[in-house]
Amino acid sequence: MSAQISSAPPGAVDKVGEREPLLSIRGLRVGFRKAGSQFEAVRGIDLDVAKGEVVGIVGESGSGKSVGMLAALGLTSKNAVVTGSVRFNGDELVGKPAREMRKIRGARIAMIFQDPLSSLNPVMTVGAQIAEAVRLHHRVTRKQAMARAVELLHLVAIPQPERRVNQYPHEFSGGMRQRAVIAMAVANDPDLLIADEPTTALDVTVQAQILAVLRSLQERLGLGLVLITHDLGVVAGHADRVAVVYSGRVVEQAGVSELFADPRHPYTRGLIASIPNLEESRERLFSIDGSPPALGRLPGGCAFHPRCIYAAARCRTEDPPLHDVGGRFSACHFATTLPPFHSAVLAAASLDSGDVAP
Amino acid sequence: MPFLVLGIVTIAFLITTVTKGDPLTAIVAEQQMSNPEVVAAAKTRWGLDRPLPERYMIYLGNLLSGDLGTSFITKRNVGTDILYRLPATLELVFAAMIFGTTLGIVLGVLAAYFRNSLIDHGARLFALLGSSLPVFWSGLGLLFIFSVMLNWLPGPGRVDARLALPPGITGFLTIDSLLAGDWTVFKDALWHLLLPAFVLGWTVSGTISRLVRANMLDVMSREFVLTARAKGASEFRVVIVHALRNTMVPTLTVIGYSFAYLITGAVLTETIFSWPGMGSYAVEAARALDFPAIIGVTIVGGLAFLVTNLITDILYVVANPRVRLS
Repeated sequence: MSAQISSAPPGAVDKVGEREPLLSIRGLRVGFRKAGSQFEAVRGIDLDVAKGEVVGIVGESGSGKSVGMLAALGLTSKNAVVTGSVRFNGDELVGKPAREMRKIRGARIAMIFQDPLSSLNPVMTVGAQIAEAVRLHHRVTRKQAMARAVELLHLVAIPQPERRVNQYPHEFSGGMRQRAVIAMAVANDPDLLIADEPTTALDVTVQAQILAVLRSLQERLGLGLVLITHDLGVVAGHADRVAVVYSGRVVEQAGVSELFADPRHPYTRGLIASIPNLEESRERLFSIDGSPPALGRLPGGCAFHPRCIYAAARCRTEDPPLHDVGGRFSACHFATTLPPFHSAVLAAASLDSGDVAP
Repeated sequence: MPFLVLGIVTIAFLITTVTKGDPLTAIVAEQQMSNPEVVAAAKTRWGLDRPLPERYMIYLGNLLSGDLGTSFITKRNVGTDILYRLPATLELVFAAMIFGTTLGIVLGVLAAYFRNSLIDHGARLFALLGSSLPVFWSGLGLLFIFSVMLNWLPGPGRVDARLALPPGITGFLTIDSLLAGDWTVFKDALWHLLLPAFVLGWTVSGTISRLVRANMLDVMSREFVLTARAKGASEFRVVIVHALRNTMVPTLTVIGYSFAYLITGAVLTETIFSWPGMGSYAVEAARALDFPAIIGVTIVGGLAFLVTNLITDILYVVANPRVRLS
């Protein structure tokens, strides 16, 4: 199984070969040792991000999407075992000494996190924290760094940046904190920004603003952007390409319009079908039956088969690798033979058959 | 605050009146106790013939003018006695706090960072011993090892009695000798200070290290630590600049409390190391039923507690920007 996952899907490289790949992840696995037992949170992620490209990573909480990206940056805890390959600008990051990883983190690759309330240090001024990001990678004076901080706050559209730099995080609203976090992330003009659920903790109106800030920066600075989210709406509106993650593996990868028009993995179909739709009024919302498997207690064969309405005997014994399906990728035995997709039909069908939990 | 001070004074005064002992035994020689004239004269002389409320009012009046009364034993003003003794205690307590907080914070941070490792277990044992070993045991034990057996450190006392002391400006022997440029006295005083300060500091380092460890574990799991790492900050910077600073608020409270506690709690350590401070003064006073001295020591101890709390509160605001506005 592992050999199939670790080997790069041959088409992936070709496809992004048109645009130079910035980040290239192959067969990334993350295991945790805990009190003698060992379990894998990430069981093989393959992903490419080109320069200036927006890639969405979608999955449920606990699917390993965040852990995978943290591992790529060497930010997982000490008891994590990371294997596979993460190449950034052709440079292998897995196994790179901590000292050299520090030079890349915050400078070439930046990462921002879900909760702007807790991702800023409460006892340091916002300006000092942004200036710190600058000074960690550039030899500038404190004063120059603070001037840069003002400039950055201005860049993310925070009003009165001269006054705001000297304030503490608790004096900022949630949306402003996330702007400040973004300002900090782009302080050193990185090539790649990984945003882990950047809008989840925010009000809906603020979510849109934050995404707009991220997108405008991404376009202006030519950033590669990885958007980790469980919100398909965010992905649909902003990503060029999408990777769907289920229990530690990428199960489908495709361009955003292809993915939504014609998903080639039953899990993706379930996700799309469960987006509430205003036009088609349904009494009940669609939901995928069952719940994701607990880590370390994966079912045999395809990890999704107990919840899959298309599952056959083969799915219980054989774990399908991520394979090329006409320029896109799916990890389903029946990727090419799945019936045509129509979310309402799928939902109605499964509701009628009683497969769906109320 | 003024009410607190008044409360301390009142309680200190009243406690002495409810004790069984007769202060006259401290004043009048044993053979004279059967002589009613002498006893009556002594009573009048010390004002013990007057009713309690009147004595209390007189005491308060004197206190307002800074007079703590006259000691039965030394026949000197209690205030003068305490002023002479207090710097020795403060010097010891400051040194102990340097040991206590440094050890406590360093061990707490290391224990949290290397959680469940040998370092963590070692720090736990050290903390446990520090807070559970009685000072008279650890003090005597260390004195025996370092002074008697190894002869690395001097024995009890504050300084070698044969040395001529520099003029007392601050009352801190180490600082006074430095001001006078007297290196011999400075070195000797420092060596004398080392062991009692360590013994005393050890007792509070346990509490501090456990608290720092618990808070560090909490803070290290917060997202801003991850943010700092994602910025490319070194582990040292992440731990010291980002995490430790966030644990300082609760830690300050315990440090302040420990300091106040040590000022009055140094009694045993001072006795063991023949340290001429407030603690040994209090012990002598209590033994002799020297009421003015006992009341004086109690009041000064209480005041020290109040002042330390006040300073802690001020530092609290400095360390925690969130309380600054409100």
